[in-house]
Amino acid sequence: MTIQFNDETFRDDYTFRNSEWAIRRFPFPFHEDSYMYSVNMERHRGGPEGSVYEKRFDVDEHYISEMRDRAQVLADDPLRCQSLPHMTLAGWDLLELIMVSKSEDYPDLFELHRDGATWRWVNKPLGIDDTFTFMDESSLPYGPMEYITRQTQGDFAVLDQRENNLWMDAGMVTTQADWSLDFDIGMNFFEWHAPVPMAHEMGVFKRALKFLLNVQQGSPARRLNWTMTVNPLLDTSPENYHKWGIQKTMLTPENVGRKQHLRVELQTFFRLPRSNALVFPIRCYLIALEDLVTVPKWGRRLHRVIRDLPEELATYKGFIDNRPMILDYLSQYDDGQTTSPGIWPDLDTEPPLRR
Amino acid sequence: MSTFDFPPSIASRPTYGALAPRAGAAQIMLADAEGAEALLAVAQADPELMHRAHVIYIPKHTGERFTDPLRAAAPDILHIAPSYPACTQRLHRVFSAAPMGAQIYLAGTEGLIGQAMALALQIGIPKSAIQTEHRGSVARRVQCVHCKGITEDVMTDPFQCGHCGLNLFVRDHYSRRLAAFQGVCIDAEDPGNVPPSVELYS
Repeated sequence: MTIQFNDETFRDDYTFRNSEWAIRRFPFPFHEDSYMYSVNMERHRGGPEGSVYEKRFDVDEHYISEMRDRAQVLADDPLRCQSLPHMTLAGWDLLELIMVSKSEDYPDLFELHRDGATWRWVNKPLGIDDTFTFMDESSLPYGPMEYITRQTQGDFAVLDQRENNLWMDAGMVTTQADWSLDFDIGMNFFEWHAPVPMAHEMGVFKRALKFLLNVQQGSPARRLNWTMTVNPLLDTSPENYHKWGIQKTMLTPENVGRKQHLRVELQTFFRLPRSNALVFPIRCYLIALEDLVTVPKWGRRLHRVIRDLPEELATYKGFIDNRPMILDYLSQYDDGQTTSPGIWPDLDTEPPLRR
Repeated sequence: MSTFDFPPSIASRPTYGALAPRAGAAQIMLADAEGAEALLAVAQADPELMHRAHVIYIPKHTGERFTDPLRAAAPDILHIAPSYPACTQRLHRVFSAAPMGAQIYLAGTEGLIGQAMALALQIGIPKSAIQTEHRGSVARRVQCVHCKGITEDVMTDPFQCGHCGLNLFVRDHYSRRLAAFQGVCIDAEDPGNVPPSVELYS
């Protein structure tokens, strides 16, 4: 289908909205009625037609507005995009991966014409038509990683692999769930995950690292992660927490369905060919609770997950104070009926809400 | 005694050992305040090694207390510096000229160890050639995640950022690159509600 791009904001007046199409394809992260950490990795090789898993780098109706928001974040704080000196080659790898993938997966939106080292990149939604020399930094207006990730939804962590570990040595991070690239750059896998509660003791990070060290070129992997965000604010950064933190206190029983959003990260992992780095795109999808509950299965399940979530996780994910209000709202959409296994909406087979 | 047992913490928080003499092509030692005690312990264990050492020492509040004992240990070079910033250029020069196999000894406060460690690694000295020992004050060097300003010798939690004035709580999350802990606004969700400051580890 041809994507109708929204003109919307993720700050101030928050005009962000999901269409019916975007709601139906939302990456709901719970495959059962409860949640606990796991190394929930699977191969990233497509998915059902129209789903967010279908393409290597999903493009949706929020594309243009998200890129505008990213440019604003970078203008306010250029430290959100950094690359240590040894990561430039990985940046070129990433540029190639995205340009090839997008031009193959969305030929109506993106074109890549290669003549030796002379490349022409056409990005129709953003009105870009640039010719440059591959591997020549001076031929692009930004470094290769910054250039391509200013045109690609989702955050990007580019990980160097050495000493049997992964090192966060480059990144573009403007839609993060409250972590700082500027602080974490240069850290290894265990260090940048250090603040996450419980998971270290469960051995989750050791197993995840083992898996990621073995991701092969041409065999990307993916998983989902989630949190909750008040207002469709993409830039929930620690840098700006003193500005946005107060918004968490503005929920009321009347506005909770509209203001409280489930925030889901589609995390993918690609091995890069020249640098042997691992690129870790973290794509953020937001959905208002009032939209989410239009899928009866999701309304029932989210209520049960949030209700039964361990206190430590609700605290870490930052919604412990608002949990009672969120549960009051969601309980209206949980009639106690059983839910089908798996993440899909199953609109044709799941029963409607029994009032 | 100038040692302190840090409670167990998260994976990004540095831990420290105890300095021990190690054979090497050069011996480079840096300490501040009570960190001198750790260098003197090395000198006692191996006086000959100390005679070959280049020592940079920042007395801070200890005044003359350790300078005479250090002089008495007779290092090859002893440089007394008034502050870490005052000796960074010298340290850069000494680290840069260090031959393969040089041994580095860092002792004293976390801020000193962290900054010198970051400098040494940046210059290309392998981590395996660097020993650290914490001595003296448990004060922390903290970066404000909001304004990025670094405040030295933070002794209380929460504390007021010396740059932007926000009230910050001190996390255990630590960046080796910045040689700093992370400070985050404590009253963002309830402006003005700042709990009383308590001394770190009290």
